Amino acid sequence: MPRLFDAIREYLGTLKRSLAESLFALLIGLLIGAGLMLAFGYDPIMGYISMLKGFGIFTIEGFLAVLAIIALGLLLAAFIGAYWAKIPQALARLWRKKISGRSISLVAIVVFILFLISRMLEFLDNVELMEMLAYSVPLMLTAITFAVGMRAGIFNIGAEGQVYMGAVAAAWIGGHFALPTGLHLLAATAFAMLIGAAWALLPAILKIRAGVHEVISTIMLNWVAFFHVPYLIINRFAGVHAERTATILPTARYPILGASLTAVIFVALAACVVVYILLWRTRAGYELRLVGDNPDAARYAGINIRRAILISFIIGGMAAGLAGASQVIGRPLLGWTLPATLGTVFGLGFSGIGIAVIGRNHPIGGIFAALLFAGMLNGAKFMEYDWGISSELVVAIQGVIIIALAIPALLAMSRRGVRRLKIRRGPR
Amino acid sequence: MRILAWLQRKKILGRIISIVAVLVFILYLLWAHDLLRVELFEYTTRALTENWKALLLSTSLLATPLTLAAVGECINERAGLFNIGLEGIFFLSVVIGVRGAEIIGSGVAGLLVGLLTGALIGFIFSVLAVYLRANQLVLGMGINIFAMGMLAYLLAAIWAFPGIHSVRPEFHISKMLGYFTPIFFVAVIAAILAHIIIHRTLFGIRIRAAGEKPEAVDVAGVRVDRIRILACTVGAALAGLGGAFFALGWFGEIVKEMAVGMGFIALAVVVVAGLEPLLALAIAFVFGFVRALADWVATMPGINVVLPGAFYIMNMVPFLVTLLVVTIFIGRRKFPRALGKPYVRE
Repeated sequence: MPRLFDAIREYLGTLKRSLAESLFALLIGLLIGAGLMLAFGYDPIMGYISMLKGFGIFTIEGFLAVLAIIALGLLLAAFIGAYWAKIPQALARLWRKKISGRSISLVAIVVFILFLISRMLEFLDNVELMEMLAYSVPLMLTAITFAVGMRAGIFNIGAEGQVYMGAVAAAWIGGHFALPTGLHLLAATAFAMLIGAAWALLPAILKIRAGVHEVISTIMLNWVAFFHVPYLIINRFAGVHAERTATILPTARYPILGASLTAVIFVALAACVVVYILLWRTRAGYELRLVGDNPDAARYAGINIRRAILISFIIGGMAAGLAGASQVIGRPLLGWTLPATLGTVFGLGFSGIGIAVIGRNHPIGGIFAALLFAGMLNGAKFMEYDWGISSELVVAIQGVIIIALAIPALLAMSRRGVRRLKIRRGPR
Repeated sequence: MRILAWLQRKKILGRIISIVAVLVFILYLLWAHDLLRVELFEYTTRALTENWKALLLSTSLLATPLTLAAVGECINERAGLFNIGLEGIFFLSVVIGVRGAEIIGSGVAGLLVGLLTGALIGFIFSVLAVYLRANQLVLGMGINIFAMGMLAYLLAAIWAFPGIHSVRPEFHISKMLGYFTPIFFVAVIAAILAHIIIHRTLFGIRIRAAGEKPEAVDVAGVRVDRIRILACTVGAALAGLGGAFFALGWFGEIVKEMAVGMGFIALAVVVVAGLEPLLALAIAFVFGFVRALADWVATMPGINVVLPGAFYIMNMVPFLVTLLVVTIFIGRRKFPRALGKPYVRE
């Protein structure tokens, strides 16, 4: 147990430093959003109150549930962070029927927390909360793409194209093959991740072998995918509707937990935790982060820089592919189809950049940032219903937040500014 | 084996692998789009011979914003600022330019308002990047996302009609000089001027030095920060003019999806041109032509049945060409050494 508390303290410690900066940027974004609303004659306070509805916290039990889920999530993350090495061992022991109290309790706690969260969701039946969670799934995954890239010193903005490819891959397997229940779901998910990684492979090769800057290659590949996927949908994978893919077969759908939230959220959360473990608890992850922090030191330490960059691209591609799959086989959008306009997946990769930046390029931080953005995105529709404020304002606020967080010394600057004000006001 | 080692020593092997990878990728796309066929060339030549007038017209329209944005980007990349927010500048200047035209009551004034919008964005970008040392890539993406939201928000907030707004015909600059809009000539002049300034004047040397070796500029007693801010403001102003042109000189309306991708094609033009304004003009024309061809293909029902993939492939051409050119010429085509890096005096 002390290890568990240490891990939680470690999280909160690292969080505290970056949290202040993220919150400051969020404040700037909201203030500029309020200014924009005022400038065009809307009431910003009422607008933001309407937006809060999207977080599903307007009822007492909803609010408590959000708190409880965040606490449970933190506990789970810390728990896995502390005991990650022991869990496979424990599972292996159980598998070999060597039942020990410790291994049982380890596995049982993880399963129990997951069970608690899912039961709570079903029990509450809070539609907006579930919508928010459903929105957050692809966002936390595309955030991984950018975050892992940044950790390796790579500006990987290719998530957008990889999401399209992952989505169409999942739609192909999910709609055109008849496989047994569990296998079908697994195959569609795995294939989407594979195709996402494959789409990330070309920029990786160009970066490693020829030194082509990844920004250029990933931007170009995003747009290639933007025109490639509609062609595939219309001419290869169309179903009843000429401009949409065939409906995903029931065997390839993730089970719905409520509203448009499906069990894919557990896969996404697991992916975040796995990426965290990979980056912070394995040798390859350590090397990857060292390459990002200080490439010269990494080179002198004999670290294979090319391999680290390749790994970062592949992890990113897999996460983005999963994000694409989550919008097709993991969410009942347009009757389980993917439209040729790409309306249900467009912009997820770009949002992922903002979420990664707010989450300070940390997969666990990305979960919380994704929840925040998802709540805002979900709440934007209430702004539009209630006050006629275009829901796209939220995207603009995202942009402001990203711009604010691009400035490295944001918090220090604000502190210095405050101090200077105080000095000037003081007696001379 | 000896040849392999020699290749590796000369760092040619990596490039060959990369070029092969890109070529394999392009072949995959051609195969997937079912385009490894002769009909493609037949149709292209037919389009060129029978339809060249209409194609030239739409090419000149497409090339105008591309050239303007690309020339501007050449200038600020020369000075060491890498602005990937071109698409965002297009989006914002299109709305504010049209609004300006309606308030002032003149289409040309609208173009100028668009130009000023671009200049303002460029100024903010460069101040954040130069003085606050913001990450320019994150900043550029932030501008893109901000503008994506703002376009739709402003459409709804100003004209209370989501998604589309028609410009009144009296503000629409539809006068053509032959096959070209007047603004195309502005773009050509901008390209020539940029070439002269960059290569023939003292100020051009300073701009290039600010991107290549800012320490030297600083030691020579010239302010790096001011040069960079000026270059970025001018560059973004040109992009802003291109953005306003979309609505006021071309479509006559604002649609949400109007300029989607154009900012990134402009970026592709810059990369392929290797920061040479005159080359950028030529390449913008080529990429504009390919886009025009794609639009022509999309409206011809016969071709769509025989070659359904042609439209999509043609839209990809600018991006694929960029990938290929970057892979082949990287190293030989020099980008400023301090590109994207904030200058800190030691």
